[in-house]
Amino acid sequence: MNGTNHNILEVRHLKKYFPITRGIFSKVVNSVKAVDDISFNVKEGETLGLVGESGCGKTTAGRVILRLDRPTAGNVYFEGQDVFELRGEELMRFRKNAQIVFQDPYSSLNPRLSIGSIIAEGIGAHRIARGIKKKEAVAELLEKVGLSAGHYHRYPHEFSGGQRQRVAIARALSLNPRLVICDEPVSALDVSIQAQILNLLAKLKKDLNLSYLFITHNLSVVEHVSDRIATMYLGEIAELADTAEFYSNPLHPYTISLLSANMLPDPKYKKKAIILTGDVPSPINPPAGCRFHTRCPVAGEICRIEWPELEEKREGHLVRCHLVDRFDPKPPVKFDVVKEI
Amino acid sequence: MTVNDQNINELHHGLAGEVSRFTEAWRIFKKNKLAMWGLIIFTVFFIVAVSGLFLTTGDDPVLDPAKVRLSEKLLRPFASVDAEMIKPGDRPLFGTYLLGTDDLGRDIFARMMQGAWVSLTVGFVAVGISVLIGIVMGGIAGYYGMYRIKFMHVLFLIAFFCALVFLASGQRGLAVDSLLLSLLFVVISMIYNYVSLEGTKGPVTLSLLFFDTFTVDTLIMRFVDIMLCFPSFFLILTIVAILPASIYNIMIVIGLTSWMGTTRFVRAEFLSLREQDFVSAAKVMGIPDLSIIFRHMIPNAAAPVLVSATIGIADAILTEAGLSFLGFGVPPPHATWGNILSDGKRFLFDAPWLTYIPGLSILVVVLSFNLFGEGLRDSLNPKLRKR
Repeated sequence: MNGTNHNILEVRHLKKYFPITRGIFSKVVNSVKAVDDISFNVKEGETLGLVGESGCGKTTAGRVILRLDRPTAGNVYFEGQDVFELRGEELMRFRKNAQIVFQDPYSSLNPRLSIGSIIAEGIGAHRIARGIKKKEAVAELLEKVGLSAGHYHRYPHEFSGGQRQRVAIARALSLNPRLVICDEPVSALDVSIQAQILNLLAKLKKDLNLSYLFITHNLSVVEHVSDRIATMYLGEIAELADTAEFYSNPLHPYTISLLSANMLPDPKYKKKAIILTGDVPSPINPPAGCRFHTRCPVAGEICRIEWPELEEKREGHLVRCHLVDRFDPKPPVKFDVVKEI
Repeated sequence: MTVNDQNINELHHGLAGEVSRFTEAWRIFKKNKLAMWGLIIFTVFFIVAVSGLFLTTGDDPVLDPAKVRLSEKLLRPFASVDAEMIKPGDRPLFGTYLLGTDDLGRDIFARMMQGAWVSLTVGFVAVGISVLIGIVMGGIAGYYGMYRIKFMHVLFLIAFFCALVFLASGQRGLAVDSLLLSLLFVVISMIYNYVSLEGTKGPVTLSLLFFDTFTVDTLIMRFVDIMLCFPSFFLILTIVAILPASIYNIMIVIGLTSWMGTTRFVRAEFLSLREQDFVSAAKVMGIPDLSIIFRHMIPNAAAPVLVSATIGIADAILTEAGLSFLGFGVPPPHATWGNILSDGKRFLFDAPWLTYIPGLSILVVVLSFNLFGEGLRDSLNPKLRKR
């Protein structure tokens, strides 16, 4: 972290419900609560990791923050300005400053445009440079992400997944953004390429003083890149802490089970994995009380009835769990439902 | 960060791996033999049609499709002219009837040449109209389809449609009234928009008129369904029977009744494309909607549209031939392939070439368009390009 406490992104009580409609007049019969009241900050120069299993709303959160989808409720402040209130010039400035790198490098590049024109598009639209200056800027970006300027006229299908992801990163950087939302940027790549892309992202962050919102399901990746980590479960934030604290002292049972299932490349390392039973409940009708209680190995009576608030249990460590105090100060590594692997 | 000088050099001279899109598409297209035959036949047809236009028009055309020579009727192909009966000025080119003559002794070759131009223009203009409507309607349904239409806009659409119907049925006064009514609705909408932009709640009665009804997508696609319910050939027959017989009316009517397929194609493509990450990325970069549509969506949706357009040309040529065959087409004495076929059917046993020549021509041209369209689709697919 660069030590500044200035929040570049503030998310406040963000909700995104997708309506389920029926009939010719599209009557709303129900809704999928993809993101249900999440709040967090991203500080300048910081990387915030957002972890969670498939369908927990991490990607939707990223899309809503960038105004790709309209939120159902809540606010997003970028540099103190409400993102959803922006118009005209101010909106264009936001568009320039906040960018995204997508998960799938195969669908994130237009197959009919050359690499050069893909990267140059934003530069042209924001009138940063034109003509040969634009080409030079693109060439510089290509070199910056580890490709060569000679790739300018090539088409996306001529590249491998890792190279395409580099192109996508170059496109995101073409507007000189301050915040980049990385939506599972390495999940579609194999492990050796993952490391390259992660190192590239880390280097670019240092060089260009970027802030990242790093969305992933991969706990090893998120440990490597993040300053702080938030866990999401069924559209809610379950736990939010500094990386060191998150890994050494996880408090939420969901986080603990996630971490216990995370493999380490060490043959001597033996650990008891907590196997969660059951499926993730439907986000259409989330369970009453604590959303995790249907699968929680330690859930008690209160969890079924009362919905827990996200509370600061230690300094900078927010947890949404009724039972945290019960097993404080030592986190319960041993749950009842434990299977040796 | 410095950029490698040599790379910059390559960049400026546009060398590095640059192969133009056209060259690549052509390379793949050449491999497809059937499509090449389609292209060759299409080219020949095009040349024939254009030269036909020049050779058969004017005061003293080289090939006169309307010249009646009653003594020379129903001659077989390659029959030579009877020099005693026919004046030198009335003789066909080269002194032979290349494709024979019909029951009035008119030169079928000249008539086929004249008809080729009709088929070509009908095909292209009708498909041009239908593709244009199809892309616009399908594009709106696919890209802006999820927006709800407000009640006031429904009223406007009804009034405007009524105005068009009244205008078409010749009731000028009612048409003007409806038009004024729709203008009134537009003004009310503008006032409402202005009021709601100011942030204050408008009068309750006004906002009552602006509740959401159905989506744009519902409106357009149900209209497509309605249009598809009509048996299109009979719809065309009816309209052509009402309108004055003219080749332009036929083109327009065929175009206006065949855009539904393209609309569905374009909508389907747009629906899938708008969820693609590269479209999202463009939105995040603040690229304007129109630019996204024209740079990212239409080029990616072009292949099925192009294929359906080439097949549509074939369909339009067939429809025009059908109309002419039934006597509703281009008014005589102008020749089209359809009315040559129609005239020839009475002499199917005495002079079969009168039926076979236009029939086979239609078959070959329609087939060549279909093959060409298929080849085009394959060659425009960037995934088949050389790595």
